[in-house]
Amino acid sequence: MSRPPARSPRGELIVVCALLAAGAFSVAFVLLYAFDANTQLLAVSLGLAVGALALAGVVAGKWVVDQRKAVEARPRLVDEALEREVAGTIVQGAEGVSRRRLIVGAAAAAGAGVTAAAVAPLASLGPGDVSAQLKATPWRAGVTLVDDNGDPIGVDQLEVGSWLTAFPRGGDPRQLGASIVVVQVAEEYLDLPPERRDWAPRGIMAFSKICTHAGCAVALFRYPTYEPTSQRPALVCPCHYSTFDVGRSSKVVFGPAGRPLPQLPLRIEPDGTLVAAGDLSGAIGPAWWGVRRS
Amino acid sequence: MVLAVLLCSGGAIASLAARQADAQKGTSVDPVPAPPPTSAAQREEIARGRSLFLDACSSCHGDDARGLPGLAPSLHGAGAAAADFYLSTGRMPLANPTDEPTRAEPIYSRDEIDALAAYVASLGVGPPIPRVDPDAGRLNEGLAAFTLHCAGCHQVSARGGIVTGGVAPALQDATPTQIAAAVRVGPFLMPSFNENQISDAELNSIVRYVLSTRHPDDRGGWGIGHIGPIPEGMIAWLLAGTALLLVARLIGERNPV
Repeated sequence: MSRPPARSPRGELIVVCALLAAGAFSVAFVLLYAFDANTQLLAVSLGLAVGALALAGVVAGKWVVDQRKAVEARPRLVDEALEREVAGTIVQGAEGVSRRRLIVGAAAAAGAGVTAAAVAPLASLGPGDVSAQLKATPWRAGVTLVDDNGDPIGVDQLEVGSWLTAFPRGGDPRQLGASIVVVQVAEEYLDLPPERRDWAPRGIMAFSKICTHAGCAVALFRYPTYEPTSQRPALVCPCHYSTFDVGRSSKVVFGPAGRPLPQLPLRIEPDGTLVAAGDLSGAIGPAWWGVRRS
Repeated sequence: MVLAVLLCSGGAIASLAARQADAQKGTSVDPVPAPPPTSAAQREEIARGRSLFLDACSSCHGDDARGLPGLAPSLHGAGAAAADFYLSTGRMPLANPTDEPTRAEPIYSRDEIDALAAYVASLGVGPPIPRVDPDAGRLNEGLAAFTLHCAGCHQVSARGGIVTGGVAPALQDATPTQIAAAVRVGPFLMPSFNENQISDAELNSIVRYVLSTRHPDDRGGWGIGHIGPIPEGMIAWLLAGTALLLVARLIGERNPV
């Protein structure tokens, strides 16, 4: 209490600027969210808003608010005179801040902006039927399966225990529903529901390669040499080890995925090439994928 | 003659439709009997392999190598590639049939492994021990093929990883023949790949790539064990965490009173 409190009009100015910037970045977040949901820009705007808020807090704490300490005398817990003095000092400290209303106003703007930014994404939970988008895939009955070079896939490329990645002929391989995993399992492992009995000719099955948990590429396939001492054939996602039992229509047997991989019914043409016998059996990828995307 | 061939292929198709429950990975039909040995030396080697087999392997695989239910698979049609791979990498014999076979010092000498492989090959037609020539492979083709087929489990640095139910081993100690045999055989939980999926030329490239991963030039200067993003992430967390602590300390410091 020996030194007079440091007054810093510049500090106050910085705080006001930072608070206004926080509000502006938050508004930018809301606008970006509404008009162009680019995740990088969304993250940058929200990050800058929170950063500006932090800057305002740091500067206000160090150079705007009075920094004096008051130490209570030890023997008596409450000294009324000292209490009054401290209260007086606090009031004085607050009075010492010039342009208080400006700072309070700027803080209100920042608070309103950041609150709006935090609440705006709730709109993602709102109405807007995206099921058609989620279910759209390039697969139809008769579409030929091709490899990454565009060559048709024949049954001779597969044998029991092998697997490969395939795409629709003529489709965009980058489309979410395009990439599929083709596996061949021994028929002893097939335990398909009645309506899918003829989806797996010779034990050859195809599933969407996009994991239903977080949308990773399902890149692992395990196939037992001797099942009684190991595990059933399964596709495994390398991100969180969701494990899909292929013989049971990719039922989830381990990991965080909530539902099976969509299955693609297959047919073998007379010349031995694999073609789709219909569309994928369900929505591709995690349930929230592509929501509200225009 | 033509009629005989037609009948044979008809039989093969029929057996394809009604596959036995113990169908081996990589085989598309039931095992075909192997041609009989042509020389006395071959006969003798097979007999020696058979006697080694009876001593150690038959307790799980059965006296006739047709497997025992719940313990071990049939070896008819497994081929010399599988026998050579499992024995030369020390994965067989297993102490306990429910253990995952992992790499160890081989129990048998080279001679004994050859005899056992000859015996298993005599049981039925299966993949032969592959011939590989890494020098004939192309490194860039190997990287592309390894990324497509192998890196999901073994990591692109060939340092291994896990799949639910098993460990995908690191490939640093495997010989070129063992790498190629594993691709064709598909040991334990690994899928198998035939010549139509990975050609012999592509396999040479893959082996060449795997050999190249043993001494990578670490352009960053710090390999961190080459086991991928996990140690890199941990290092980042430790460094970034320290920096964050310093920043927090600076922010929290009081002005002198």
